[in-house]
This record gives sequence, structure tokens and C-alpha cells, in this order.
Amino acid sequence: MIIQGLAFYLFAFVAVAAGVMVISSRNPVHSVLFLILAFFNAAGLFVLMGAEFLAMILVIVYVGAVAVLFLFVVMMLDINYVEMREGVLQYLPIGALIGIVLLAELAVIGGSWVVLPLSEAASAMPTPPIDQVTNTNALGRLVYTHYIYLFQAAGLILLVAMIGAIVLTLRDREGVRRQRISDQVDRKVADTIEIVKVVPGSGV
Amino acid sequence: MAVLNMEGLLREYLPILIFLALAIGISGAMFVASMVLANQRPDSEKLSAYECGFEAFDDARGRFDVRFYLVAILFIIFDLEVAFLFPWAISLGDIGVFGFWSMVMFLGILTIGFVYEWRKGALEWE
Repeated sequence: MIIQGLAFYLFAFVAVAAGVMVISSRNPVHSVLFLILAFFNAAGLFVLMGAEFLAMILVIVYVGAVAVLFLFVVMMLDINYVEMREGVLQYLPIGALIGIVLLAELAVIGGSWVVLPLSEAASAMPTPPIDQVTNTNALGRLVYTHYIYLFQAAGLILLVAMIGAIVLTLRDREGVRRQRISDQVDRKVADTIEIVKVVPGSGV
Repeated sequence: MAVLNMEGLLREYLPILIFLALAIGISGAMFVASMVLANQRPDSEKLSAYECGFEAFDDARGRFDVRFYLVAILFIIFDLEVAFLFPWAISLGDIGVFGFWSMVMFLGILTIGFVYEWRKGALEWE
């Protein structure tokens, strides 16, 4: 139990510290690396809460894919960092406002949990005890049947994202030679080789 | 009772925590030891950056082609698709035929996108 508490404070402290470093470090690549550290610590916190599946998905999706995407974006944009720093004070009030709104929302959620410990939705679909059914299994029992419409909507959103990314970024390049296997197979000897009878001494 | 169950779950993760502590300890000890124990006589040549014995030609941070971004975004989408497969695979016995066809439909929708990107040539490089 005491190890659990220590681990919680370790993960929480490192996560908050990494979050501060994300917004305060000068080099954006370092920011992304601190973001990855924050993701790992959040995964640790999820494990402490017993949400194993979320922790693993956080590592696979966010660390494995989203952080790589962030790195690409950082490398792709040709940003002048000195210029970017200038707007910090200007945007501080808006950023603080958004932070306060998020904090208020969290407080509302926490407050409703205190007032109504088991809300209607949670008691209608109780989480099975963790030593009988694993987290992932409990999720799988609900997502594909009970929440099928939301599940299919997730599929459609992924489809839209896929097509949108292709439409936005893919463009045809001129003068690129591609391998066309059908053309290669279709070639005949007559198309490529010409046999010329040469009279000796006259040249071709 | 619930607390007991959580303890059992977390006990399985204890080796990972121990490994983590060992890794942090050993790497930290290496850093500190090389900083404290080693002879350090820096001069400007030793401290200058070089690549393969040459001076660095220019900044390492050039601009990337936008196609890297496309590949990364397509990777994320299929990564999420696979993330949906994990709970489905281990709960397939409980959710029956309906759950099976639900996932087949989901995969079908994404296969449409896959065929689209294949035909558009988004997976080809040059």
C-alpha cells in the first residue's frame, strides 16, 4: 500500500514536471520528448487506478504514433523560434482562461461524484470485479454489442480521417517513373529488339 | 474487498516498477560517475560538434517532406483500428455472432479507406 502511494506521487510529480517542461523548454523537439515522458507517467497512473487497457493503449497509440506525428510536425514547420516566443505574454490571458474553464469542468465532475457516488449510468452497467474479469475483457463485452452505433461511428470517423489526410496532402508528382508490372509483362521481343541485316563494309 | 483485488493486480506490476527503479538508478549512476570520476580537460576542439570527423555542414533540422506526415497519419489510423481489435479478440466468446459481425462491419468500413488509399497511390513513395 505504501509502495502504491509512493508510486502515485512519483508518477504524478514527474507528469506535472514534464508538462511544465513541455511548455517552457526552448527547443520544440525537447518539448515533444517531455510530452512522451508525460504520456508514460500518465500510463503509470492509469495502471495504479486499475485501468490496464487504457495504460497500454496510451503507450501504443500516444507514445508510438501521436508523438511521432508531433515530431514530424515540429520538423516540418519552418518556425522561427525567437519570433514564436514573442507572443507568449499576449496569449497568456487566453491560455489561462482555457485552463480555468478546464479546471472548473473537472471540479464539476468531481463534485457530482461526491454528491452522487454511483450515478445512473454506472449502476446500470456495473464494472465487474477486477479479479474475475480483466479490464480489457469487460470493455470488449460492452463496446461491440451494447455500444455498436458508437463503435461504427468511430470506424466512420477513422475513414473520414484517412480520406481527408490523403485529399489534403497527396499530390501527383510530375516526371516520376513508377514501376508498372503489367507493362513489363506485356513487353514483346518485337517491341524492343530490331534485327538489322548489315551488309559488310557499309555500316549501319 | 475492492482494495484487495487492486492489490493483487498491482502486485503483478511490481517487477516493472523494480526494473524502472533499477534502470533509472544505473543510468543515473553512469552519468554521475562519468561526471565525477573521469578526467575532464575540455578544449574548443573537443567540445565542437562534428559528424564523422567533419565539421557539421548545416543545421540538423531541415524541413521534412509532407509525405512523411501522410504516412504517420495513416499509421495512427491503423494503429487505432488494431487497438479496437484487442478487447474484441479476448471477449469474442462472450459477445457471440453479433459482436463478430459488428467488428467485421467496422473492418469493412476501414477496408474501403484502405482500398481508396491503395488506388490513389498514397502508399507508394516514388
